Amino acid sequence: MELMKRRESWNISYDHALGETASYFFAQVRDNAQIYGRRDPKSGRVLVPPRAFSDQTLEPTTEWVKVGPGGRIEAFTIVYEEFKTLPDPPYAFGYVLLDGADTAIGGFFRGIDLKDPAKAAQWLKIGTRVMTRFKDERKGSVLDFWFELEKGGDNAKSVEGEPVGGYE
Amino acid sequence: MRAPRVGIIGIGQSEFKAKRDDANYPELVREGVTRALNDCKRELKDMEAVVYSLAPDALLGIGNAERLGVDAVGARNKRFMRINTGGATGISSVITGWTHIAAGVCDLVLVAGADKVGESGDSQTILNKIWDPMYERALPLGTITMLAMSAVRAMDKYGLTEEDMARVTVKARANAARNPKAHLRKTVTIDDVMQSRYISWPIKLLDACPQSSGGAAIVLASEKYIKENKLDAVWIRGVGHCSESYYMGDRMGNKIMADHADAHALGQSFLRSYKMAGITDPRNEVHVAELYAPFSNTEYHSIEASGVCGMGESMALMREGHFDIGGKIPVNPSGGTLCTNAIAVSALVRAAEIALQVWGRAGDHQVKGARVGIASGNGGDHQFFGTMVIES
Repeated sequence: MELMKRRESWNISYDHALGETASYFFAQVRDNAQIYGRRDPKSGRVLVPPRAFSDQTLEPTTEWVKVGPGGRIEAFTIVYEEFKTLPDPPYAFGYVLLDGADTAIGGFFRGIDLKDPAKAAQWLKIGTRVMTRFKDERKGSVLDFWFELEKGGDNAKSVEGEPVGGYE
Repeated sequence: MRAPRVGIIGIGQSEFKAKRDDANYPELVREGVTRALNDCKRELKDMEAVVYSLAPDALLGIGNAERLGVDAVGARNKRFMRINTGGATGISSVITGWTHIAAGVCDLVLVAGADKVGESGDSQTILNKIWDPMYERALPLGTITMLAMSAVRAMDKYGLTEEDMARVTVKARANAARNPKAHLRKTVTIDDVMQSRYISWPIKLLDACPQSSGGAAIVLASEKYIKENKLDAVWIRGVGHCSESYYMGDRMGNKIMADHADAHALGQSFLRSYKMAGITDPRNEVHVAELYAPFSNTEYHSIEASGVCGMGESMALMREGHFDIGGKIPVNPSGGTLCTNAIAVSALVRAAEIALQVWGRAGDHQVKGARVGIASGNGGDHQFFGTMVIES
């Protein structure tokens, strides 16, 4: 017998309130190209991105702390497959422990040639030093900044060829 | 004191496939239910409560689809609740059913659900929406990229290689070829996996689960009911749940309580299950495992969290065939989530498959002599975990 189908799509909009903590964080990113974390007074840990309360001690955080712009890669992946509503591949993104922070923040890695997956993965190895770069025109978003390899980093030197180029 | 004995008396599963155009959603739910009821020769009217296994609505494309499914499970005038812990939903549902009986409230409980993930095909777009709209949604996070980052950390911490990952897929497909319910049943070689295209480095196409459609159900009963009705059963002897905090970036960096390379909370959940079941030495007391692992790399951290080997030891043991059917502790003899992922019921199928194994009813993928088995489910941003010990 003939089996029929019906096409449906969801397109729903929201205006999510970011709250005081995230609003301050994004205002600092937008206005001053500066990333801030929040310190948990009990453990002393600096949470980035900033939270109003600690994931570990569960206490309210009390103090804004400037972090970065340098940091080290804690995790990465390089996406070669296209997914609807996500960026055009290839792209690399992951998590960076910014200097002065105790938790890692997500962001894109740019300025790296992603054509050869094995080589790109070496350049992005965990522990690699990176620098935060900011857009000139910032809107107050995590996409206002990204990470690039710190010039002359040890990993960059140990991999044949130049990491720069290829993206965008 | 050991927990009250709750038995599994009926099991039903679809033959999972990419598409099921012959059945709409409630019809697919009914398929698993009918098979489970036939298995224990009970009727819908006998069930006192229904636990409904349903993961994020958008994967199915029907908001609160438990509304629509209520008649497929015959829940009118009965206790009914929907459970959702992401990928762990299925095992959380079975544990919720267990709770109804262990509390002495019910004697017969139906646990059921279905998924039609393949009807959208946009699962990573949907799963990107499980990240918060404040900080992380703008990044192209999804379950694949999240668990690719777990693989990257395991490479750094334990020396995991892409070949180690491929070996899991080769084993899973060989097992699935013996399981008529599995979705991907074609055997592959390490070379096939290594030559498949990268999705999210280091995860390749053949390191990733499919989007499956199908239904599954389990009928649970009290020991009293089982004895009075002289029924055959296997027994849930230990259950556990454990959760991680939300931010993935908190599982890396300084002074971490859990590493994103591992499945720390899954380990805690297993310890709770083992304590309840009286298991003190899982390496020697567990005969078979069905561990939720939708990507090849995640089977390693799940095996280690289950305590059947030490941290960082699973890759060498995998190479030696320790986790094959015929090895010391077969892992995912059904082919696992890597070969079949109808998300709403994937972790329910883990429990169902372990029940079949310790019952001696697993057919061509039976592990000889298995009497004690473990099952697990992982859900959310590698965040919610449920575990179970089932014995014959």
